[in-house]
Amino acid sequence: MPLDVLLRAEDVSRRFGGLVAVDHVSLTLARDEVHAVIGTNGAGKSTLIDVLAGELAASGGRVELHGRDITGWAQPRRARAGVGRSYQRTTIFAHATVLENCRLAAQARAQRPLALWAAADACGESRRLAECAIAQAGLGEHALRTAGTLAHGQKRQLEIAMCLATEPSVLLLDEPLAGMGPEETERMLQLLAALRPRHAILLVEHDMDAVFRIADRVTVMVNGAVIASGDPGAIRANTEVQAAYLGRDADAAPAG
Amino acid sequence: MLTHANGRRGAPLARRVAPLVAAAAVLAAFPYVGGRFYVDLVLTTMILAVFALSLELIVGETGLVSFGHAAFFGIAAYATTLLSPGATPPSLVWLLPAALAITALAALVIGALSLRTRGVYFIMVTLAFAQMAYYVFHDTRLAGGSDGIYLSVKPVLALGSITLLDLGDAHTLYYATLATLAGVYVLLALIHRSRFGHALNGIRANERRMRAAGFSTYPYKLAAFVLAGTLAGIAGFLHAVKDGFVNPEILAWHQSGTVLLMLILGGVGSLRGAVAGAFLFVMLKELFQSEAIFGGFARHWQLPLGLTIIACVALMPKGVAALSSQLRRAQAPLPDAP
Amino acid sequence: MDLAVFLVQCLNAVQYGLLLFLVASGLTLIFGILGVINLAHGSFYMIGAYLAYALAPWTAAHLGGGFFTAMAIGLTLSVVFGYLLEWGFVSYLYRREHLQQVLMTYGLILVFEELRSILAGDDVHGVAMPAWLAGSIPLGGVMTYPIYRLFMSGVCVAVALGLYAVIARTRLGMAIRAGASNREMVQALGVDVRLLYRVVFAAGVALAVLAGMLAAPVSSVYPGMGNQVLIISFVVVVIGGIGSIRGALLASLLVAFVDTFGNVLVPQAAGVLVYVLMAMILLWRPEGLFRTG
Repeated sequence: MPLDVLLRAEDVSRRFGGLVAVDHVSLTLARDEVHAVIGTNGAGKSTLIDVLAGELAASGGRVELHGRDITGWAQPRRARAGVGRSYQRTTIFAHATVLENCRLAAQARAQRPLALWAAADACGESRRLAECAIAQAGLGEHALRTAGTLAHGQKRQLEIAMCLATEPSVLLLDEPLAGMGPEETERMLQLLAALRPRHAILLVEHDMDAVFRIADRVTVMVNGAVIASGDPGAIRANTEVQAAYLGRDADAAPAG
Repeated sequence: MLTHANGRRGAPLARRVAPLVAAAAVLAAFPYVGGRFYVDLVLTTMILAVFALSLELIVGETGLVSFGHAAFFGIAAYATTLLSPGATPPSLVWLLPAALAITALAALVIGALSLRTRGVYFIMVTLAFAQMAYYVFHDTRLAGGSDGIYLSVKPVLALGSITLLDLGDAHTLYYATLATLAGVYVLLALIHRSRFGHALNGIRANERRMRAAGFSTYPYKLAAFVLAGTLAGIAGFLHAVKDGFVNPEILAWHQSGTVLLMLILGGVGSLRGAVAGAFLFVMLKELFQSEAIFGGFARHWQLPLGLTIIACVALMPKGVAALSSQLRRAQAPLPDAP
Repeated sequence: MDLAVFLVQCLNAVQYGLLLFLVASGLTLIFGILGVINLAHGSFYMIGAYLAYALAPWTAAHLGGGFFTAMAIGLTLSVVFGYLLEWGFVSYLYRREHLQQVLMTYGLILVFEELRSILAGDDVHGVAMPAWLAGSIPLGGVMTYPIYRLFMSGVCVAVALGLYAVIARTRLGMAIRAGASNREMVQALGVDVRLLYRVVFAAGVALAVLAGMLAAPVSSVYPGMGNQVLIISFVVVVIGGIGSIRGALLASLLVAFVDTFGNVLVPQAAGVLVYVLMAMILLWRPEGLFRTG
């Protein structure tokens, strides 16, 4: 089956002064594929997401979305074109309800700031998008709860739901499993599997069990550069990866 | 508002509006019962309340702390005075829009530059630009320098030979100001519940998240800044018409500090807090300036004012609006602040 | 303008810039390290000037005079004052939002100004400079330059070098450099953060007081003198970048040159020029010339 490539990065770099955080990275994200990026802390994974999402400008290279060059686009424009992202540290609006969190995110699709006479929550379209995203993320029964009172795992789900409410085609997820218990992890993996058919997913994650269970492709970064990329089996067998990153734990990694 | 509205949104509309209508009715009836001095004082306070409300749009709603808001108040007041022909009464139809257009333009330029910065830089930059405006009027002969200039003939609204509204008449000015205050309040309440207002609140809570969702936040912030500047311009216009005199002190940084103080006195993040803050500030000032109470020391009224500011911010950072809602939660029904 | 006038204006600009640096460096350090926006910083300059005014007759009567004696007493008082102010007031601001810091330090300004009014009145007072610094040196032709201004510049340069040495060479300086970006790293260096904050704040106060004491004989002492210095110092910090001493020095000199030559070349727009400079820097580099961290 030919890959439906949605986002393509070619030779993307990002420097901070003398430090090269992302070093000539090329990768593709295709629909119906979970592409995991792994690497030690400081390998440049989050910076890579920032550059793909447009939060940081690339120092070099090129980013394409649906075949269009978006390298010079600012983050909000990329987001409206379908690049959604989640953050490693939860960025929900703690004082608002789950529904309002998602409705505000969905509002980005139909901003209409000049409609001053209409109440924001009366907008049917963004409300529908929000409810849809909440249901997808499995937070349906918590829609009217204040976001700050949710459990940690639920907050991470809300983070994804806010991302979904903007109807992205590409999802850039920064450690969605961080700090989760086994049950919460399981729920999140099911969510990702459900999202896979319609989205291209980039998953930055430290939980190797989860990565090798769900990823269709794994890219390994060390010091900002890609040292290996391939299907999970090949990556696990790759001696260079074992030496550089997986270390002796590679033997202990369960078969997926 | 993401934070503040949630509590309020639950209450039925009538219960939320009733205290405001009552406050408006009290203000409308006041000229018939109050002495001339107090009516004048309430008029001044209502003008300040419009000023404080305008600042609330950027400080409370959007989270941008501007220390230069007096610039727009002052620019509008000067524009009103300078545009008025000396002998014949100017028409409200063109004078007010012209003064506001000049103010909006100034807010657009200052906002476009200041909003390139954030946080503490933004505070310092807005303060510096306001000081620049101060020097323009203080040092040049454009408008009487430090002595200021007079607006002797007040604007009117006339239809042919029939005068509909003569702002030179104290009574008319009082009700025009009250109507303006109500209008600005309603406008800001509408903004608060609109998509624009919700986006501003999102920017205040987490701008990064808003950009990631697809909001270009800079135009939103700039729009809020220009609108706030223009509304402050309405207050400046009313001030010039009321006093018939403007001098550079109305755009000095103490004026910017004073209006921020009103917000924090009443409670940042609530419209009624901004209005209450203006009234509280004027009452405090009148109290500390009262020679009957403080004697010769009343000359140093800023000393107790400074101590009050410090104590207020230290002890009740959420302002009296929060205080009253805390009390309400404790089942003690209190009349709402005006 | 001919060469001698140009030279005199350059000297004036350097002197003004260096004086500004004393105030702005304290402001930028206090913000960069303590994270507090301190509107009352201009008041410390004012307090310094009034200290010079008050201490001169007192030292003359009790200690047999002496410009340096008065200055030493003033500086000692300012360090104690800064230390106590941090302990009793500023330390409560660290956890507050910027808006609250702004208003509380604004309240402090009102308090200081009224205390000044109560203690010293609202008149303008001159302060005598020491006789041995009162002369002028010839600059060729009819131009002369006051020795006192050269002396001021000399003191400022010495202080700037001292600051540089402390920040570049000492353990305290290392903590200051680390503290501008990372609180934990300061603790890892084995420095008591609370003490560090107190020392930095007291030093900032002392720098501003020193500037005020130095300036008093030239500028006289008058109500509200701190406010103008405060706002220009903000411009300096915005241009130089928060937390950067090097940026503060460069920006002080830049602002001083624009202001001084603006006064000579385009007197009708002089008050506005520094703000135009700031606007241009904001367009070009919104985070200042030397943003640290």
